[in-house]
Amino acid sequence: MEKISVDHRTIKEGDYVVLKRENVFKAVQVQIKRKVIFEKQWLHLDSVIGQLYGTSFEVAAGGTLQAPKPNPEKNPKETKEAGMDNRNIVDDGRSQKLTRDDIETLKEQGLKGQEIVQQLIENSSTFRDKTEFAQEKYIKKKKKKYDNTITVLKPSTRILALMYHGREPGKICHLRYDTLAQMLTLGNVHAGSKIIVFDTCAGLVLGAVMERMGGYGSVIQMYPGGEPVRAATDNFGFPEHFYKTLHEFPLCKVNLLLDGTLSLDKDQKETVSAVDESNGAMSKAPQDSVQKMGEEVEGEKDSAQASPEVDTMEVTSELPEDKEKEERAARRENKALEKKVKQEEKRKKHMEAAALLQGRNADGLVIAGRFHPTPLVLSLLKFVAPSRPFVIYCQHKEPLIECHTKLRERGGVIGLQLSETWLRHYQVLPNRTHPMLLMSGGGGYILSGITVAMDTATSSGPQKTEEPAPKRQKLQDTES
Amino acid sequence: MSFVEYGEYIQEGDIAIVFLGRESMFPVKAQHGTQTQTKYGVIRHSSDLIGKRFGSKVNCSKGGWVYVLHPTPELWTQNLPHRTQILYSTDISMITMMLELKPGSVVCESGTGSGSLSHAIIRTIAPTGHLYTVEFHEQRAEKAAEEFREHKVAHLATVKNQDVCKEGFGVVGVADAVFLDIPSPWEAIGHAKAALKEEGGRMCSFSPCIEQVQRTCLAMDELGFKEISTLEVLLRVYDVRSVSLQLPDFGMETQVEGDPKETGTGQQATAICKSGVTPKDMAGHTGYLTFATKSLL
Repeated sequence: MEKISVDHRTIKEGDYVVLKRENVFKAVQVQIKRKVIFEKQWLHLDSVIGQLYGTSFEVAAGGTLQAPKPNPEKNPKETKEAGMDNRNIVDDGRSQKLTRDDIETLKEQGLKGQEIVQQLIENSSTFRDKTEFAQEKYIKKKKKKYDNTITVLKPSTRILALMYHGREPGKICHLRYDTLAQMLTLGNVHAGSKIIVFDTCAGLVLGAVMERMGGYGSVIQMYPGGEPVRAATDNFGFPEHFYKTLHEFPLCKVNLLLDGTLSLDKDQKETVSAVDESNGAMSKAPQDSVQKMGEEVEGEKDSAQASPEVDTMEVTSELPEDKEKEERAARRENKALEKKVKQEEKRKKHMEAAALLQGRNADGLVIAGRFHPTPLVLSLLKFVAPSRPFVIYCQHKEPLIECHTKLRERGGVIGLQLSETWLRHYQVLPNRTHPMLLMSGGGGYILSGITVAMDTATSSGPQKTEEPAPKRQKLQDTES
Repeated sequence: MSFVEYGEYIQEGDIAIVFLGRESMFPVKAQHGTQTQTKYGVIRHSSDLIGKRFGSKVNCSKGGWVYVLHPTPELWTQNLPHRTQILYSTDISMITMMLELKPGSVVCESGTGSGSLSHAIIRTIAPTGHLYTVEFHEQRAEKAAEEFREHKVAHLATVKNQDVCKEGFGVVGVADAVFLDIPSPWEAIGHAKAALKEEGGRMCSFSPCIEQVQRTCLAMDELGFKEISTLEVLLRVYDVRSVSLQLPDFGMETQVEGDPKETGTGQQATAICKSGVTPKDMAGHTGYLTFATKSLL
């Protein structure tokens, strides 16, 4: 048992990891003999295999990552010379004697980050005049620039959400990590439930939901267009069995499913795909391009596979043009076959998802993306059981205000809350504790609520679904 | 039903949340023969609760009605009986994600307090994880254990009545994450480090006062914790309402521009728009959250 638990803490070939240097992260896959670029350097990750996650490495010349030393050097707290304040320090930009070229030379000589920092200190004419605090700040700043330590981390929602928010916030609709944290908790995402997810945040939210499900229960991803987007989901490096719980269902078939007229039988495959295309130009284009991509890949495979056939053909047919025609025919046949296999797989997956959705008893709904939330939630809530939470993320407040109004009109929801979180980091140092100087301006908004049984026709007109009506209707000032 | 597994129908012994309104909810334990008083009348458990689907409307004797909801840790946090100041879902969400909690995680927590965070942790680590929670107050420790039993999650939690600063969590080298919400967390950092797995883990300390944070960060640094980071998170809520704004009267005009939303004639013209209105007050501070990582190197 012990071995297994250590195993998943050890970096293996093929693992999805996150590289970290200071506060910069990058998700990569560990592959031998493959170079990876990170922080303006090319790196070989071969030497990290077999090490524990969380290990820090020094970048050696050539981009290889060196295994860590057994005892990391801790700066001895020497009582160095320091000044009292900065009244006599003139910032003329000339206090550092080393030039850029000098530093480059030092780097080429193989000096480690810490040693370079030491050189900078020794060649600074004002260093000893700075106050102790200023000296510490200076050292920290130089370390940040010259220290070439990279840590290899195991992916998690925390790390990936931090990474995406720092690197490519546009891809995740500017979802800040604390907002994502709220969504997962408000949505009561946990093992064993059946959650519907609509995610156009590169699949980050989907991955976060899957992490909290732990491979138990099921997740159904509703997607627009031809294929679900899961770039970020892959970065989590989930084990194979997690993907068995992940299903997908195209938005363009939702109405058919709700009407009960969705048929995914083999024979009627043609009609379904025709409906597919008629249900929106959007769904057609990406589907085509994806299929084209698939064909390109297949083409490469086929040329390798076709060669033995070509060899036998060469014996029989002398003419090169005939040979070419037959090759092309064989390739086309293979392509058509592969396309059929893919379509069959897709159909099966949709059937599985439809079966899960049909019961209209999902345990939760999570929506995050650049689509207008109102139509999404009004439609997808139909698949959710009563007394279950739902969470909608939007970068902007106004669409959620409209959504709130429409949900009130619809009824069948309580506890509607429109909120955002305010996040602030602190620097905590003796006599220097204060909030950070820069703060996130915004992290998006969340509309959350709980489903309840829909009101049957007996309820009287403008009753608020929020509060059960008292015997006497009081006229209140305009509330939604 | 349990706090870690959804159920469809209310059964005897289940906890249900009676919902009368946003600010008006309370938990009940469904029991045959019992009655519960609400301002809309009496709820008879045998006829009105047991066998009903969670989320349905229940009619009360005086003619009004309520909803009965499936319990979740979030609803529990809003309705549990306070024995101490509790953590609310905003902080709980952040803690859960930053400690990387998920099914199978082993967590050590102190102090248990009123069990608000405990319930949320249990929900997240189920079905294969475990929570070791330490509370130095005897009655509170007993009450927590009792609640876990009633909520059918006792198999996922171990409650210890001891002082974490002196005796630790009762386990060593097993935790993926440690959480501290105690007056002097710097005294427990050593125990936190020991409780965490050898290959590493995450820890968090929650303190209302900045002086506590300073001492805690120092202790974490001295004991070799990395990535020490302090933050706070606050919830801003917006109340969605139709807002009516009066339109000014500039006197007679040859051409009156009509806004479709205008109501009234001439003097009392108003425009209505939807707004997310901010409340008068909001929670300005709960506590500072300090996170850190234990790693071998």
